[in-house]
Amino acid sequence: MSANIFRHEFRSRFKSVLIWSLSIAALTFFFFSLFPVFADQAALLNEFLAKYPPELRAAFGMNNMDLATVLGFYSLLFIFIQLCAAIQSSNYGFGLVSIEESELTADFLLSKPVSRTRILTSKLLAALASLLLTNLVIWASTFLAIEAFSEGRAYNRGTLVLVLFSLIIFQLFFLSVGLVVSLLVKRIRSVTPYGLGLGFGAYVLSAFTGVFGQVWLELLTPFKHLDAAYIVANHAFNMPLVLLNLAVTLVSLSASYWLYTHRDVPAVS
Amino acid sequence: MSIIEVDHLTKYYGKSRGIVDVSFQVGEGEIFGFIGPNGAGKSTTIRLLLSLIHPTSGTGKVFGKDVVSHGPEIRRDIGYLPSEVYYYEGMKVIDLLKYSASFYPGDHTQRIKELSEIMELELNRRISDLSYGNKKKVGIVQGLLHSPKLLFLDEPTSGLDPLMQRKFFDLIRKENTRGVTVFFSSHILGEVQRLCTRVGIIREGSIAEISDIRTLQQNNYKKVHITAEGLSPEFFDLPGVTNVQTEDSTLHFFFKGDINAVLQKISSIQVTDVTIEEPTLEEIFMHYYE
Repeated sequence: MSANIFRHEFRSRFKSVLIWSLSIAALTFFFFSLFPVFADQAALLNEFLAKYPPELRAAFGMNNMDLATVLGFYSLLFIFIQLCAAIQSSNYGFGLVSIEESELTADFLLSKPVSRTRILTSKLLAALASLLLTNLVIWASTFLAIEAFSEGRAYNRGTLVLVLFSLIIFQLFFLSVGLVVSLLVKRIRSVTPYGLGLGFGAYVLSAFTGVFGQVWLELLTPFKHLDAAYIVANHAFNMPLVLLNLAVTLVSLSASYWLYTHRDVPAVS
Repeated sequence: MSIIEVDHLTKYYGKSRGIVDVSFQVGEGEIFGFIGPNGAGKSTTIRLLLSLIHPTSGTGKVFGKDVVSHGPEIRRDIGYLPSEVYYYEGMKVIDLLKYSASFYPGDHTQRIKELSEIMELELNRRISDLSYGNKKKVGIVQGLLHSPKLLFLDEPTSGLDPLMQRKFFDLIRKENTRGVTVFFSSHILGEVQRLCTRVGIIREGSIAEISDIRTLQQNNYKKVHITAEGLSPEFFDLPGVTNVQTEDSTLHFFFKGDINAVLQKISSIQVTDVTIEEPTLEEIFMHYYE
């Protein structure tokens, strides 16, 4: 780890971290401000939802949520938080090395007396710090929003912590998969389409598993590996899928180290 | 001792050629000129030695150590000025230079100040506001601030006005007298001629010639002009004669070899005028390209 690279990387991403964190916090507050209405009219709401075809409810992951409870309501909101978090961390993953190449600063960094392994480790730790900071804001805003709008309804704090904790595992998946893909393609000109593609793609995939009941598709998307509704219903992670998620993350990271140390840095022009 | 040793170095980018079987050595304290047209493989060679790219075959050694396995260690004593300079656009010049300095042990604040005064670089401007020439100056300061033992300069003067070029050359010469070895890549011969002691000529990925700059100019080629009545190009059909051109009754050609052969030919005819001179490096250079 090189402290100077870490500092440089963290600083260059700080603005983006701020925007993502505050947006997600705003989303949380806005969404939770609707909770009292939902909770008061629980019977009506559930009746209303029952009229929708089950496939549609499944597409939004609402087939096993009770929107009248704090955690049921939060697990619906959590899908949107996950979507934001997925795009954010995919962006960081895709950009970790490729921005340096597309903005042609890679020559500067790689002609310095540091090994590529150290560079990548410093960059990854800086990205991890950025994600942890975002998570911190999400944790804080979640507890504050619940405090403000739950009107004293009881919920299981331990389960909520488990749901919140799943987010960093979820983000590391997108960070490392984004990174390895960025190293597999020759050159990434713009990070955003890739980041959006991976984030939304994984979400759409999880919606499809719901609609078509294709269970094997669950294996592919972190939205299912770390499904908040499952965690709330079982007060536990879906361990086999979480382990699969971690395995993909680790394989992507190891492959990234190999690819990065063997990579030819494209020349200017 | 050789500072750079390149041994049968070859680089292919997929199927397209980078360099093929390039070998040469650069001794300590030398200013080695590396000349060739665009796309000949100059930058590829430098990037291989900095391990920005990996060789297909062959080896490169700097300070006696292999560039692939000892990269970070070697680069501690290398300064690099790329042909196109790009830096983190949002940063201020001083922050970029400090960031660059933070990779090398010791305090380089004084040196940054000195160098930017020489190059007339404003330290408080944003990189994104700088003109191309000014970015190049940032590159120069950035490449020299840690007092490296070996300098890689890849087309360093493009974008610098003549006054700055002179200051830059003075700076390089001063570094050289301190014992710094310089690897100077360029396609502008004038500047190579001014600065370098030895040159390597690279062409389509292979070394065409490596020679002392004086040998290249003095011993190898002569430019011969002969004016005589009824002179035909066939008359000088000798081994070593190239680039024959006729203009009215004057014949121009390059000659490499024993000059007596030409003199004998000349003495056998009635001539109006004869000039035998050293060709400019430019002309020698063109000769290699054909």
